[in-house]
Amino acid sequence: MKSIPLRAWFKSGDPWVWLIGGAVSLSLIMVVGLLLLIGVRGLGHFWQPPIVATTVTTADQTRHILGVIRSSETLPAQSVREAGVDVPADQDLVTRHLFHLGNRDLTGQDFAWFTEEHMSAFETPADAIVLERREWGNFYGHLRAVIEDGVVVAEGESAFEALQARLQRSNQLIADSVRLERYEIGRINRDIERQRLEQRRIELNLQLSDDERAARIAASEVEIARLNAEYDVLFDELRALRTSARRDALMAVTSDGQEVIIDLANVVRATQANTMSVMDKLVEYGARFWNFMSGYPREANTEGGIFPAIFGTVMMVFIMSIVVTPFGVLAAIYLREYAKQGPVTRIVRISVNNLAGVPSIVFGVFGLGFFVYFLGGNLDQLFFPEALPAPTFGSPGLIWASLTLALLTLPVVIVSTEEGLTRIPRAMREGSLALGATKAETLWKVIVPVATPAMMTGLILAVARAAGEVAPLMLVGVVKLAPNLPVDGQFPYIHLERRIMHLGFHIYDVGFQSPNAEAARPLVYATALVLVLLILVLNLTAIAIRNRLRERYRSDSE
Amino acid sequence: MRHASALISALSNAALRRRRRRHDRGTTVMVSVAGYGVVLSLALIFIFLAIEVLPLLRNAGVGDPVSYQVPGPDAPTVHITSERYQALAVRITDQADVVFFEPNSGEVVHIEGLNLDAAQVVSFAAAEPRSRLFAVGLDDGRVVVSRHADDVTFFNDEQQVIPKLEHPLGSQPLLMDAQGAAITHLAIQEGATGIAVAATTADGRLLLSRFSARRSFLTGDTEYVTSNHELTSPPDAVTHLLLDITMRILLVADERGTLHYYDVSRPAAAQHLDSRQIMQPGHRISALSYLLGTVSVIVGGSDGSLQQYFLVRDADNIGRLTQVREFTAHPLAIRAIVPEFSRKGFAAVDEGGYLGLHYATSARTLRLRQVSDRPLADVSIAPRNNHIMWLDDGDVFHYASLRNRHPESSLSALWNRVWYEGRNQSEYVWQSSSATDEFEPKFSLVPLSVGTLKAAFYAMLFAMPLAIFGAIYTAYFMSPKMRGVVKPTIEVMEALPTVILGFLAGLWLAPFMESHLPAVFSLLIALPVVMVITAWLWMNLPAPWRSHLPTGWEAAILIPVILFTGWFAITLSPLVEVWFFNGSMRQWFTDVGITYDQRNALVVGIAMGFAVIPTIFSIAEDAVFNVPKHLTQGSLALGATPWQTVLGVVILTASPGIFSAVMIGFGRAIGETMIVLMATGNSPVVNFNIFEGMRTLSANIAVEMPEAAVGGTHYRLLFLAALVLFAFTFVLNTIAEVVRQRLRTRYSSL
Repeated sequence: MKSIPLRAWFKSGDPWVWLIGGAVSLSLIMVVGLLLLIGVRGLGHFWQPPIVATTVTTADQTRHILGVIRSSETLPAQSVREAGVDVPADQDLVTRHLFHLGNRDLTGQDFAWFTEEHMSAFETPADAIVLERREWGNFYGHLRAVIEDGVVVAEGESAFEALQARLQRSNQLIADSVRLERYEIGRINRDIERQRLEQRRIELNLQLSDDERAARIAASEVEIARLNAEYDVLFDELRALRTSARRDALMAVTSDGQEVIIDLANVVRATQANTMSVMDKLVEYGARFWNFMSGYPREANTEGGIFPAIFGTVMMVFIMSIVVTPFGVLAAIYLREYAKQGPVTRIVRISVNNLAGVPSIVFGVFGLGFFVYFLGGNLDQLFFPEALPAPTFGSPGLIWASLTLALLTLPVVIVSTEEGLTRIPRAMREGSLALGATKAETLWKVIVPVATPAMMTGLILAVARAAGEVAPLMLVGVVKLAPNLPVDGQFPYIHLERRIMHLGFHIYDVGFQSPNAEAARPLVYATALVLVLLILVLNLTAIAIRNRLRERYRSDSE
Repeated sequence: MRHASALISALSNAALRRRRRRHDRGTTVMVSVAGYGVVLSLALIFIFLAIEVLPLLRNAGVGDPVSYQVPGPDAPTVHITSERYQALAVRITDQADVVFFEPNSGEVVHIEGLNLDAAQVVSFAAAEPRSRLFAVGLDDGRVVVSRHADDVTFFNDEQQVIPKLEHPLGSQPLLMDAQGAAITHLAIQEGATGIAVAATTADGRLLLSRFSARRSFLTGDTEYVTSNHELTSPPDAVTHLLLDITMRILLVADERGTLHYYDVSRPAAAQHLDSRQIMQPGHRISALSYLLGTVSVIVGGSDGSLQQYFLVRDADNIGRLTQVREFTAHPLAIRAIVPEFSRKGFAAVDEGGYLGLHYATSARTLRLRQVSDRPLADVSIAPRNNHIMWLDDGDVFHYASLRNRHPESSLSALWNRVWYEGRNQSEYVWQSSSATDEFEPKFSLVPLSVGTLKAAFYAMLFAMPLAIFGAIYTAYFMSPKMRGVVKPTIEVMEALPTVILGFLAGLWLAPFMESHLPAVFSLLIALPVVMVITAWLWMNLPAPWRSHLPTGWEAAILIPVILFTGWFAITLSPLVEVWFFNGSMRQWFTDVGITYDQRNALVVGIAMGFAVIPTIFSIAEDAVFNVPKHLTQGSLALGATPWQTVLGVVILTASPGIFSAVMIGFGRAIGETMIVLMATGNSPVVNFNIFEGMRTLSANIAVEMPEAAVGGTHYRLLFLAALVLFAFTFVLNTIAEVVRQRLRTRYSSL
């Protein structure tokens, strides 16, 4: 066995076994690599790297830069030369770094590649700060002073502490004004809108006499006037809050020596990254992660949080589950327990099975044509004529997205439930019937409880599939930026006709439709991570339940 | 009651039984209703899609006409047409009286005459119907240009159309021929730069007048600057004249059935560029009209033929009149051809009383029926294509409803090469919308179908070997312990949202591959070689070393090897580019003439392959794993090596299962949307170049559906695409499922 001739070895087929084994290795590497890629990049989004200062010297200029290294690469000098960068002729390879320089409002260029050859040694100045701003992206610079109403109140060493205290105040004020705007003023606006629709409804109501119509419209006008007065009060309050939030400012110097004054109202958080301990960074990490999960998006979705997208996804999946579970389970029970087993049932079963393989975009097209335009259009004609021609249900929205996905995931629930039903030993059914139970009693008291885990598995798999689908939703209900959540304090509390934001669509939209793709990329990775985790957890739960179920029946039947 | 007696009284027993029976029956009804409901709702998908698609196939329908003697002055009619808001019909007499009337009742709303200055009308011409401009030629060398227009007012919430005539060039007749000869034939057209009029005189001269529009700075009114020209070398016996909206082309038809093309872009230096004999000898051109946009001209012959021509540039960059297509011929000589307002269709009427509705792009004749015993003189289609009116020789006017929703689609327009306006040859093009009104929508499904197949092909090329080989290894060679980890891991991949795969493919993989092309290609060759070398080295390790790891763990050993090879190739990649490709392989591709898009079929193949690997793997693995053990053990007992057993027994037995796995994987690749949407440039090209992108049916739906007008041809074609996807994947999956069920029965009988 010690040394087999090469030819004989090939003849034995061993190398081919290794080769096909390599296919498995490669697949595994791809799966794990992909998850790692998303994990590392997604989680890395919240970690504050050191702020690097360096001097870039090229033939025509010297430039001091301050920022964060986003990525680095080594590539042939030729391609860099073609891009107009001056590289010595004898050099074959070039290493370059992508810097996030921020300060988009000042320079217009927040990302730039710099070749290593042109850089001086990296420094990490202690007084460098990074400001996460509500507009214009990050700011990198050196803090000089904190200003209140135009007067310097803190300078030098103590400036950063004073800044943090004032930042807390201004963030609180901003939060208050947002709350006021979103909930109080939003409510009044919607009430006024509702009154307008009410007036239109009165006008369309032919049963009313002219006098009555005029009276009702007058009453509605009074209501609108009252709402407007209320609005004025709130608006003054809002203006006061905003003025108060603008009290403080900070003065900072950019890397090229420019002095800048930044309103604290525009700053979300300030970090002195280079003096932070690992513990500090972890706390900061947690805060940023929480902001991401619970915040609203800013700057055309490229910054801020993804809360509305998470909420929309969960809401849609929830409504879908409410629809799909009873129908899927009952259909499976019908196919397995009630229908006569024959060629027709078999054809139906195969068809249901195959529907799981029909492209999801087809369901989207069906949803758009049937649910949105046909059902929604007719609902509008019947119940919301006062809002026409503006559609209420006749445009994509939460309910139609949920129904479309319910249809899409129906086969998953049916197949899984059926599988559970087939696994139930005959003896259980027959025992129940032999004791005199009716078919219905056997079903509800014996079969359904035993098959519940299978139904759960089906539902979880359906939810996992629905949460990851994007293509059909693009047609029937998701939107880039939804001004309102589908649930709020306004009657009827759940607004099924509203469009929603969705994690998957958020990834597509921010990654591919956003004007500043480079800046948005880490956020897309983080969003992808949230989505992948959600779906992996759901799937693993389903697999765990299924495995436990199989074990149980194996012991039952043996 | 429970305490009172253990037995149930007869009375309550009967009640209980009734209740139980009701409960039982209720459950049956509920379950059956849900079962049927689900089956029906799933069938509804197919039915609804089909219902939305069917109107595409329908021909045009014309309702019962109302007919009456033309209203207004008792003079021969030279032209009928419809007003902009289709509420009114317009009739122009040979006395240049313009009669506006209700087409349904014939009630005259308004009559207005042109100022003829005591001259006689001898010729008439109308510009494109949407411009509503017309001109009459007089017997003293003058012309009158006028526009039938209307003011729309709202009175008591009701729309009122008040018709009137406008005179953009003034209401006085304009002197066109200084010599004062009668204007025998006339053409008029309005374009962005002004108005042009062409005319022939009784003494055979060909004249052209240009009225260039100038917008006055002060008043904002439009003023016209007139220039008159006489063209050299006019043909004799002119029958028709046509001008286009760019004011560059003058077409002249003569008695012998020849069409002459003059370049009049500079009227002072107008040139005769091309002549073409269109009709067979003995026949002449009996009607001539431009289609919308004045690119294509439809020629109607005295033999009833209808042909489409436009200018195609030849090698010398000179436009030549080229026949593009022919339409179903009418039985007798064509009398009039009238284009649609907003599409590339037209109506034609002939001597035999036939009314034909044709469409250029799809070469479809949507309707050709005899509507009268008498010859028909003129025809007009309402602006929204919902009414049609025609006039017969006895000056009887007919008005009917028209249903002609989707003339643009036909089997040949969807699947054959089509010669579109402005192109040099017939092509497969998908281009559904554009900014201009005159745009000819191009609905060829070929680029989309080719794109779909291309994406699926490259995905399968990548996925099939990995998934099938992997499945065979996992099911047959892998140690059970490792299999317990590997199988669920790969199956979890299936649940990964494709939007994430697409995003990674488009934003990470595509740029990465572009900058590391040598690594990609060298890995393709190096990986198998490295694997075999590793196997050989492992074979020759001392036995005690090898015994640490039992057989069935080859895949685990290969993982670090592959990782190292990959890292090595990527590190070396820039150097390889420097050594062999002059610094950039990407540039090298361009230099040797290969188009390279960053987001190409290779990227899609890998990303989508990744998405279908778990599908194929899972089903194929089941099929291989369930091959009855006595078969393989028999083979091994007879002295075959494990590999020989795999080749001779396992693969053969499991091949139907593997086939159905591939079918299902293919079905998934066909319908996948997000990956192709994000990882390709979505350009509808017709080729199989691995370095170019594509647009698939599904991505096309996702891109265009939200902006397609509900109920329009484009909308229905997207439904057709969905229906095709649905039917195709359904059939694929059914075949796969049937094959699998057969296999299952065979296994159980073995």
